Amino acid sequence: MPPRRLRPPLDPAVGGLVRAARASQVSRRSLLGVAAVGGAAATLGACAPPQPPAAGTAELELPRDVSGSEPVVRWSNWTAYLDYDEDTKRYPTLEAFQRRTGIRATYSEDIEDNDSYFNKIAPQLRAGQDVGADIFVFTDWMANRVITDQLCQPLEIISMPNAPNLLDSLKDVSFDPGRTHSLTWQSGFAGIGYDRSALGREIRTLDDLWTEDLKGRIVVLSEFRDTVALVMQSQGVDITSDWGRAEFEKAVEVVEQKMSEGYIRRIKGNSYLEDLKSGNALAGIVWSGDLFVLRAETGNDDWTFTVPESGGTLWSDNMMVPITSTHRRNAMALMNYYYDPAVAAQVAAWVNYVCPVQGAQEELAKTDPELAESPFIFPSADYIARNNIQGFRALTPEEDQEYSALWQKVMGN
Amino acid sequence: MTALAHVGQAGGGGPTPPADDQERPGRRWVPYLLLLPGGLWLLVFFVVPLVQLFTVSLQSQFPGYPGYYYRDVNAGNYLRALTDFAPQFGRSLLFAALATFFAFVLAYPLAYAMAFKVGRWRNVMLIAVIAPFFTSFILRTVAWRQILADEGPVASTLNALHLLPGGHITETWAAVVAGLTYNFLPFMVLPIYASLERADHRVIEAGGDLYANGFTTFRTVTLPMSAPGVLAGTLLTFIPAAGDYVNADLLGADDTKMVGNVIESQFFKVLGGFPVAAALSFTLMALILAMVFVYVRRFGTEELL
Repeated sequence: MPPRRLRPPLDPAVGGLVRAARASQVSRRSLLGVAAVGGAAATLGACAPPQPPAAGTAELELPRDVSGSEPVVRWSNWTAYLDYDEDTKRYPTLEAFQRRTGIRATYSEDIEDNDSYFNKIAPQLRAGQDVGADIFVFTDWMANRVITDQLCQPLEIISMPNAPNLLDSLKDVSFDPGRTHSLTWQSGFAGIGYDRSALGREIRTLDDLWTEDLKGRIVVLSEFRDTVALVMQSQGVDITSDWGRAEFEKAVEVVEQKMSEGYIRRIKGNSYLEDLKSGNALAGIVWSGDLFVLRAETGNDDWTFTVPESGGTLWSDNMMVPITSTHRRNAMALMNYYYDPAVAAQVAAWVNYVCPVQGAQEELAKTDPELAESPFIFPSADYIARNNIQGFRALTPEEDQEYSALWQKVMGN
Repeated sequence: MTALAHVGQAGGGGPTPPADDQERPGRRWVPYLLLLPGGLWLLVFFVVPLVQLFTVSLQSQFPGYPGYYYRDVNAGNYLRALTDFAPQFGRSLLFAALATFFAFVLAYPLAYAMAFKVGRWRNVMLIAVIAPFFTSFILRTVAWRQILADEGPVASTLNALHLLPGGHITETWAAVVAGLTYNFLPFMVLPIYASLERADHRVIEAGGDLYANGFTTFRTVTLPMSAPGVLAGTLLTFIPAAGDYVNADLLGADDTKMVGNVIESQFFKVLGGFPVAAALSFTLMALILAMVFVYVRRFGTEELL
């Protein structure tokens, strides 16, 4: 028998094409299989519920990064969270990023709250599908879930030279020691927001909200780690440490009572800003930066953010790369760009949230010395301690499930 | 022998359908081929997801891993769906019934006028009924939020007259029912109009010839003739209204949530809520199917539309 003729080695590029072509053949065939009558059973078999991740043992398989050939990055973020020019309808810092790097960035404000966004994309992530984002932004506790469930990719600090500008206090967080998977986007406080002139009085405590002139004109956040936490603080609970179901329920009862008495009109996600704008609500439990955006948008400087005397909450939102993203390097380039103190200062001046970047205060002082002194952007450790601004303690998955179910019940779900 | 002869005779005898079949066997497959695209569509986009949803509704959660499930036959999900969320089920059916009633009260005179009274304005009115469909219904509902806002024209007028007990319109059940009525009105108008428009005018005239007054003619002649349209209209309004959650979300309060809102929150907001959400979806489907079955049995006619 003559020896089989060996094929000449393929040019790597051609090899890639051949592989791609073969892959597409396979998928076409399997698609036909699905379409066939017997395919119904096959689909069901393929849609078995995903297994929980084996703790730490599983080798994480990352998708091939195509950042070089596809210079794009898709960023999903919360509303009113990036400097925006009303006149040109563009994001100035994002435009500058595109000019500087040549990477086309698309920005969408599609995160209304942590739960609804996470639960929308989690099944796709677990099934290994693209979710239309290369960066998403989650609050600490949800970032914790995303990281433990292995739904995001590790970051390479070495390719982000600006990353060490992260504030020291945020470098070693419990959910991501050493910041291997996430970088803070912004931090913020939850407190009380209200229109000082429309109300004609100061609000200092939570109890100042429950008065006749505010009946039916109060909205509160659907994030229980803010709304319930604020009530717990007003009841003298230290939200950072040991507390349990009893304390949580006691605070929830207050919210329920104020709803049934007609003070609280609605529990809302990020869309509470619309109610403040339209005048349906005159006050509420809100996030610090939003009130400053509201000032700019309505031209009404009487919108006031205040931390109640019993204390407020402190949280951070974190940028991460979804496990199925194929543009990790572009995503890291974007994160790195926003950790440039000058850029961070520009963002901070617009969003008015706590800026996580060292050096940004000095940069902002050059253009707006007054704003650079704002405790809502650059709070001193003293300010935080004096006002009893605390982070909600981490919940176990069981507690998380129990309390969120309890909270959904309050929301009528 | 005789049977074979008979078949042979028929085959040679003339253009009867079986003979046709024998000559061109492909013919028999034509109806099935015509059904194939629609059947495949239904299979892939209706049957498969439905079966998938059903298996989800029976899953259990991995102990200690909220948000992860395993295959199971856990009827407890259905029990929870029915017991924990009974108020929302009740509200869904009540709001949908109210919206159907109000839509009928508004739609019948409108359809009647369009069919019999307006003459050449008929097309303009038809367009006016259909025109809202050119905009997304979410946008239109958000627009209603603006119109009904506290500082808006409606609420401030009512407040000035002291006619608004709670002080506001949005975030009330009345706003939800009004939103449902508004959003589904065209689905009531069009079928009623279609059946009235097709009605034989001579039959209505005959009512007058037989000395019936206007009301009696309407009650005994016109109304029964429009019954298929009314039936179709009520179904087209009630079924989607019972499953709707946009109106309750945008116009309602936290204590006017409907089943659709619960399903949304169990799917998207509660860790580990998938099985209960799936069970809720199936329960709602079963409830509506049962009600529609009874309704059609009681009031149904042979010809829908």
